[in-house]
Parts: sequence; structure tokens; C-alpha cells
Amino acid sequence: MKLSMNWLKDYVKEDFDPKAYSDKLTMTGSKVEGYECPADEIKNVVVGKLITVEKHPDSDHLLICMVDIGAEEPVQIVTGAQNVKPGELVPAALHDSYLPGGVHIKAGKLRGVPSNGMLCSLGELGLDKHDFPYAEEDGIFLLQEDCKPGDDICKVLGLDDVTVEFEITSNRPDCLSMIGLARETAASFDTDVTIPTPVVKETDNGKTINDYISVEVLDSKLCPRYTARVVENVKIEPSPKWLRSRLRACGIRPINNIVDITNYVCLEYGQPMHAFDASFLGGSKIVVRHAEKDEKITTLDSIERQLSEEMLVIADADKAVAVAGVMGGENSEINDNTKTIVFESANFNGPSVRLTAKAIGLRTEASGRYEKGLDPENTLGAIERACELIELLGAGEVVKGIIDVYPEKPAKNAIPFDADKINAFLGTDVAEEEMKAIFKKLEIELVDGVLYPPSYRADLECMQDIAEEVIRIHGYDLIPTTNFKAEALVGRRNAKQNSLKLIDELLTGEGYYEVQTFSFISPKYYDNICMPADSPLRKSVVISKPLGEDTSIMRTTAVPRVLEVLATNRRYRNKNARIYENAKVYITKEGEDQPDERMSTVIAAYGDVDFYDMKGVCENILDLLGIKGYDFVPNTEAPAFHPGRCASVVSRDGQRLIVFGQLHPTVQENYGLDIESYVIVCDTELMMTMQNFDKHYKALPKFPSSERDLAFVCDKALTSGEIKKAIKKYGGKLLESVEVFDIFEDEEKVGVGKKSMAYNLVLRSPEKTLSVEECDKAVAKILKGLEFDLGITLRG
Amino acid sequence: MKAQLEKVKAEALEAIAKAESAQDLENVRVSYLGKKSPLTAVLKNMGSLTPEERPVMGALGNSVREAITNALEEAKKEIGKKELAKKLEKETIDVTLPAKKCSCGKLHPLTSIQREMEEIFLGMGFSIAEGPEVETDYYNFTALNTPEFHPARDVQDTFYITDKVLLRSQTSTTQVHAMEENKPPIRVISPGRVYRSDAVDATHSPMFHQCEGLVIDKGITMSDLKGTLLLFAKQMFGEKTEIRFRPHHFPFTEPSCEVDVSCFVCGGSGCSVCKGEGWIEILGAGMVHPNVLRMSGIDPEVYSGFAFGMGIERIVMTKFGISDMRLLYENDVRFLSQF
Repeated sequence: MKLSMNWLKDYVKEDFDPKAYSDKLTMTGSKVEGYECPADEIKNVVVGKLITVEKHPDSDHLLICMVDIGAEEPVQIVTGAQNVKPGELVPAALHDSYLPGGVHIKAGKLRGVPSNGMLCSLGELGLDKHDFPYAEEDGIFLLQEDCKPGDDICKVLGLDDVTVEFEITSNRPDCLSMIGLARETAASFDTDVTIPTPVVKETDNGKTINDYISVEVLDSKLCPRYTARVVENVKIEPSPKWLRSRLRACGIRPINNIVDITNYVCLEYGQPMHAFDASFLGGSKIVVRHAEKDEKITTLDSIERQLSEEMLVIADADKAVAVAGVMGGENSEINDNTKTIVFESANFNGPSVRLTAKAIGLRTEASGRYEKGLDPENTLGAIERACELIELLGAGEVVKGIIDVYPEKPAKNAIPFDADKINAFLGTDVAEEEMKAIFKKLEIELVDGVLYPPSYRADLECMQDIAEEVIRIHGYDLIPTTNFKAEALVGRRNAKQNSLKLIDELLTGEGYYEVQTFSFISPKYYDNICMPADSPLRKSVVISKPLGEDTSIMRTTAVPRVLEVLATNRRYRNKNARIYENAKVYITKEGEDQPDERMSTVIAAYGDVDFYDMKGVCENILDLLGIKGYDFVPNTEAPAFHPGRCASVVSRDGQRLIVFGQLHPTVQENYGLDIESYVIVCDTELMMTMQNFDKHYKALPKFPSSERDLAFVCDKALTSGEIKKAIKKYGGKLLESVEVFDIFEDEEKVGVGKKSMAYNLVLRSPEKTLSVEECDKAVAKILKGLEFDLGITLRG
Repeated sequence: MKAQLEKVKAEALEAIAKAESAQDLENVRVSYLGKKSPLTAVLKNMGSLTPEERPVMGALGNSVREAITNALEEAKKEIGKKELAKKLEKETIDVTLPAKKCSCGKLHPLTSIQREMEEIFLGMGFSIAEGPEVETDYYNFTALNTPEFHPARDVQDTFYITDKVLLRSQTSTTQVHAMEENKPPIRVISPGRVYRSDAVDATHSPMFHQCEGLVIDKGITMSDLKGTLLLFAKQMFGEKTEIRFRPHHFPFTEPSCEVDVSCFVCGGSGCSVCKGEGWIEILGAGMVHPNVLRMSGIDPEVYSGFAFGMGIERIVMTKFGISDMRLLYENDVRFLSQF
């Protein structure tokens, strides 16, 4: 909402400094976005009177003008425009003047002839033909204003106004008007506001409005009030300058007197108005009814709109002539030949207008106002004001009488007043007398301890609303700061939140950077990671109107987004990248609209990492969460991974906790990754259900250990894990640990299709130092077991 | 004999003074104090002295030995120091060569700021609440006093999944869950992702992060809200930080306010970060609307409370001087390593 400071003076007779005004209104709840003054951009431009106009000796299109600028001496200005004649008044930008857009005018020479400034066109002053309909657009602006040489052009053209732009919140539609803001201004500055009551003389032609039109409202719930007036002998012409300037200051383009009056009243009262050409209203009647099935209307913007039965329309005897509260129809639009008009000033149900505007895809100034809920009391004042302006402008003759369909006045809100309660709620100490003074300023009536807000303040419904009114006028900055008195509560993270923080600490400690990626992806992202067409993970939550395909579904895996980040880093030539995201995934549930939101951790890297680094990360996470009893199992079937370099971590009860490994070359290629890349996908949600932070001390060994190194020859296909498992199986209580320390393949030394695996065994007893014999015995048992289970023997 | 001893002493001390290394000193020790040394030789001749002379000469001999020994010790220390200095000099390295780092990763700046907020509120006895991101319109709007057809629903351009299910446009949804699941006193914050249909540019993103706060108890006042937020702001932005409440409107709080903090860059005198205002808007807050309390089964006649919500991106960007939000979601490690 833009407010004209000049206009404001109609109601509040005070001069305000724009900055102080903006700050004050912001602090009382009408937030000012900014203010501007067109005159600030125009400096040193005055009215000039052309004395002589002569041809330039060296040019066939330049003219040399002697201009009276109200000074002792006239100035010489060269112009290229051809519409200048001696005796005309023109805007003259003098030496060292400024025009809109930061244009700086200085004295100079044009083809050798000195020119001490510039004569201006409409456009050069930041105006157009709508502002001054009499002006020529492609020539110098020949002024027809009441002015004399030397007058400041801004004053003459009404550009000396200051426009203040407000951000009005949705609960205050009353402030989307000059009158509403004038009331707020007066309350904020503790001064008086005068709202003039419009006076309509009416014409005496022996007829009344009932001779022209009848109004019938079929749904008074959706149209609580419909007020109409008729104007005849309408003369469509441009509005006077004062009205045009005011519209302009408020950001509305002047059109013609009738349209301008409806816009002016809308700005002044906050009440949308509409004007019908009465000659197009069939049956001389207005019916406010629901649209019929399959009914259509072409609105003023020349677009045909399909209506439906829940929508409200304004109709004549046989057709819709307007979509109620949204836009008028082309079929009843006023034109240059219009003689008789019907003014509509109506109140429509907010939600209904909102729904209709949304359904037909047409949000207008009017619908934006109606949907916030307007004051039905306002329609009469607005229509009277419109008719007053008609008479003032001589735009037509107002017919006697008003039609006002207003079956039920809404009940006023009644709120019990209790000053102590308000202070207790706010934590303030505002005197009861001050509160009462605030109510008076805000026109809230106090009768027998009950508050009755004015009709335009339907937003005031309860004590809390009143408390806000008190404190915003008293001053938000006067609210003290206190610490709440309450019983002590334990503030702590829950187990899951704690685990995620631990995972963060672990991974950042291991050199991984946390990343944050969008939770929505494109269905195509699943193809990029080679997800099978029949994978249940392809069923995603779908956004009904997404911004674009890349943000159209909620991810069921965070792998694509994380790989995208990996690829970005590679593209930026970062040598190494280690990243991870604790990412929510959204797994759809059969028959439910809301998915299961599960936490997963996706870790990815390229550069100075290999498979076993990644395996180490997996082990550290498992260890961190205290998860015991799991196996690393080769996984040849995960489509995103290299089939020979991928493993799953499987819990003892068969649940898959982690899949990790080297990325499949196809997937790598899909992301433009030209380097071996690794990914770990943790089902963190599942792992967190298995986490166990119980810790028990185990006595440190009292006796020394014995170590034995054993090397075996076995088939290449046999995994280290299988051998280790077998060693453990036969190692008994004395075997403390076993780790592989050397692997080698050599066709000559160990044979074709074979490999050599060397293990280090640590043997220890908690009760004594083991003798050589005891160790030998334990090893012999292991060897026997290995031969039996796996058919492998010590390397000769 | 006395003269001989004096001579030995003088020679030995001279040799010590000339010695340059530990080895030189050892040679001096052997030649002046060893079995074949002149001192030993002189003292061997003690037998030829008179009984009166013997103790005198013995004492003299011992003092000479002692003097030489002491001088040797002193010299040894000196030479040791010199040799160490030489060794250290040889070991000098170029300290300007690049460091060998254990390459630590870092939290994303959004997470690190979020954690900082969490720590501040955990310290005040708040818990951390969570709620779904794919939410019903009841929790996102209706239960927050924004019924269907309410114009405030348009303020946030919401992503819908079905008519009734949407991507939450605000973390305020967790207020309702917290009130339904717990009895007062309630003290929670709830950081998380929210979604609005805004195209990506330097200051907009269809997905961003908010942190919500909610306190419900008997006798909670608006001044408590101001006190709590001041406490938070001082810890988050520095001890000198002040806050300012400006009236505003949110459907789910009444009274409502927008909250500014004094600019933590210029301290309030005006700079490019605060656009010359001296204040930076960081959050919205207010007293929980009685309708919201009622809908969540809390009697507004008995309990009152306050709620606040802030955008984490905004705080991260102003605090770290990041002008383009897209950097936060691009995740270039050169960017991430700066925080």
C-alpha cells in the first residue's frame, strides 16, 4: 500500500518528516518498506517561457530558443524538438540540473551554439500521457498549468509529494486505505483525524434509482451487503490534475474520470468499487447469484472464464456481468459513449472470493482486498464519496436514491476489559487510564467494562488482541525483559539426536566435510544410480506443482544428490573430496499419504581413498554406536556399485545396515566422475535402533601373549574373512586375535589360481604365561580345523 | 715439588681452556689426571718428603687435582652447550614449508550454527523436538489458527502433495506436535528443513532451514519472551547485542512481533551488513494465540506461552558474510573448509 503524504493532509493536519513518520508507523505496527519523493530525482528544473525560437545556422533540425526563466536575463537553450513556439511555457532543465534516472544536465555547445540546459519532454520528467493527457508524447511538454516562468516544475506538476510504501499484514485490510492509515497515523502521533462525510446533492429529474435498476441478492451469506447508485448524463473525460497526481503517487495509472473515481475511492476507503454501463444490464436488474453450471464470462481483460456453481456472480436478467469481488465483465464495461452508469459498492465473503479467484486463476486488486474480509459498514460511505466526486468533477448527474441490500448487520465483538490481566499477560505495568486513552484513539468503545471494537476492526476478538493494541501504541520498546520463572527442566538431546551428533564428530574427525543437499530430486536421478525399474524405492512422494523436474519428488535415497556434490567438486578440480550427509529419506507407505521419514548417512569420496579406507569408516561408525555382531559380506548385486568391490554390513539377525564400495563405472560416468569414487550408504535409522552405549570394564591382561605367524596357500576365490572365521572357530579360548598381514599371488611360487595368505595369531591365557607346547597344541588344532573345513594347509 | 704441582696445574688449566670438544677434554683428563699423568708422578714421590711436608704437599696435590677436575667439569658443560647449539643449528628446518595436516573435515555452516543455537537453548532447559517434513495441512495451517481460505495461507507459497498433505512451510508445525504430545511445562526448540515454492536465486531457495522455539507454562509473559530472546541474542551474537521488538502479525501468535538484533558488525552505527539501519531482522515471535493453545488441548485461561522462529540461512549468511545462498547448497569443499 502506497500512501501519499499530500493526500494524508486531508485527514491529519500535520506535517511529518518522512523518516520520522516511517519509523513511528513501523513501531506501531504499520511496517514501512520505504518512502520516495519523485521531486528528489528532479532538481533545478523550472518553468520557462519561450521568447524567441530560431533555426540553428548549422543544422536543419536544431532550434535555438531564448527562454525566460523568471530571472533577470533569459537563457539560451538549443532543442531538437519541433513543437516549440514563442509564448509557450515549457519545463526547462537549467545548467547543473538533474532528471529522473540520475541524468545530469550541464551547459554545453550544440554544433557550436551554446546551450545552457535542456527543454524537457514528458518522458524526460518520468511521466507519460496518462499523467498529462493534453501533452504531446514526442515533443517538448507544452505546459497548460497555472504557472509562471521560474516556478519549480515539481510543484507545478504535483510531483512534490512523498510516497510512503507500507507492508500491511493480512489482519489489517482496513489499513489498505488512506483513511485507515490516517487513523493509524493519528493514533501513533496522538493527534486528531478528521474523516469528512461525503455529501451528494443528487439531480432533480423527477426519477429515482428504482426507475433505473433493481437489485436482488440471492445469497446474503456470500454477499452480506450490496449498495448501488445510478449516475446519468455521464461525460467520460480525463480527471483533473489533483486527482491524477494522487492516483499516480499511490501507484495507480489514471485512465478516465469514472475509472479514476472508482480507483480513488478504493484507495481512500479501502472499498473496491465497480461501474457498470446501465444500458448493457438486461432487464434493468442486478441479481447477485451463484454461477450456473457451465456458465462462462469474458472478464475485462478479454479472457473467457469458465465458472462453476459455488462461485458468486453479478448478473442481469439473463447473463453474468461480473465475477463477484474479482473482476467485471467485458459485456457491461463502460466506454466513451456510456451515458448511464451503475456504481456497485458491495461486501462479499472473503473465503468465497479467495476460492473463486484461485479457481479461475485471476487475482485482482479487488479480490486481494475482499479475501482479507472487509467491513460491510464501509460500502455506503464509499459509494457516497464516489458520487460526491462525480458531482465535484462534473462527470455526470447522480440520480436520487440509493439501493442498499443489507439484511443483517454483523454483531459487534465484545471483549471484557481487565487491565490487570493485560499487564500480567504482557509482563508490563501500563496504567489503566493509559489503556483507556489508547482505546479512545483506536475508536474502541468501552461500555460497562466491555470493549467494543469499531466495525473495521473485525480482527479484534479476544483479550490477547486487545493486549497487542495496548502494547503497540504504548510501545513495544517499553516491554521489559524478564526471565521466565519456571520449574527446572532437563535440556538434553535424545538418543537419536545424540547419535547423529556423534556421527558428525566421527566423520569430520576422519576428514569428511558435511554437506547439505535438497531433499527433492527428479525421478531421473534414480536412473543415474542405475536403480532397477522395479525397485520399490522408485515409489516416491510426488509434489503436485513442483518448481521444476529436479525438485519434483522427495528422495528415497540421498545417493544421487551426494554424488552430484562429488561431481561438482571434481569439476572444480578439487584433488580430493570426502563428503557426507546425514540425510532424511522419504519412504512411501502403502495406503498412506505421508511417508516414513528415515535418517540415512551417505558418505562419498574420491582421491586419496580406497575401498579399505571406506571399510575403516564403516567399522568406526559401528564401533561408535556400540553395534556388535555383524559381518562384512561381498555384495555383487548392488547396481550402483562395482560388483567386485562392494560389501554389505549385515547384522547377526540378517538386517543390512550398510552397503559400501567403489562406484560402478557406469554410475561414475553418469556423473562425469573421471576418477574412482567410493560411497557408503548407512541405514542410520536402523542402526540407531541397535545402538548400545553400555560400557563394561574388562580386566587388562596380567600375563604376556605369544604370537604365531601362519601362511597358507589357498584358492584365489577364498576370502580372508572365511579363513579368519575358521581360525577363530578352532582357536578356542586361547586365541585372542587374528589378523591377515600379507597376501600374494605368484603362479610359479604358489600355483595357478592360488594365493598365499599370511596371518598373525595372538594367543593368551588369563591365568598363566603359555608354554611353547600349549601354543603349539592350539595352533595344531587350528591347522587341523582349516584343513577339514577349507582344505587348506600351511605353505611349504 | 710445590713448584712442580703449580706447573702441572697451570698446564692442565691451559689445556682445558684450549680444548674444543668433549674428546679434547677427555684427552686432557687422561694426560693430567690419569695413571701416567705428571700429577700422579709427582704424588708418587710423596714418600721422599718429610713427615711434616707430607700433609702439606698432600693437601696441595689434592687441591690441584680438584681444581683440574672442577675446571674439566665446567669446560665439559660449556662444550656440551656449544655442541648442542651446533647440533641444533644443523637441524634447522624451513618453518615456512606447508604443514602436514591430519585432514579434518568440518560441519556444514548451517549445521554448525544450528548446533550453536541448540547448545544455547539446551542450556536454558529446552529440549529438541522434531516433526515430519511431509506434513498435513492441519499441522501446517489449521492448528496454527490459519483455517482453510485464510489469506495468510497465500503468504507462503506451499508445495502440496495432495489436498491435505504438503511439505511443511514452517517449523511451527512442531509446536502443535509438542503441545499434543506433552503436558505443560513445555520448553522446546525445533530446527529443521522447510519448503516454499520460491525459485533458486541469491537470496531464495525452495528448501531452507528454520529453528522454532516454544515455551508453555503458567504465567508466561511477553516480557519473558523478550528476556529469553535477549539472552539468546547475547550468546549468539555477542554480549553487547541488544534486541528490538517491532509489531507484526502472525496468525498463530498474538501479540506478534518481528525481532531485530543490533548489528553485530558495526554495533548499531550502520554499515553495509545492516544496510545502514543498525539493526538486523532475525526472527518472528509472539505470544501463542489462545486458539492455537485450545486446539492443541491446552487451556488458555490457565496457561500461556510464547513461540519464536528464525531462518538459519539468514543468520549463517549475515554472520559469515555470505551473499549468495546457492553456495550453501553447492557444497564446494573449498567453501565448506572456511567455517
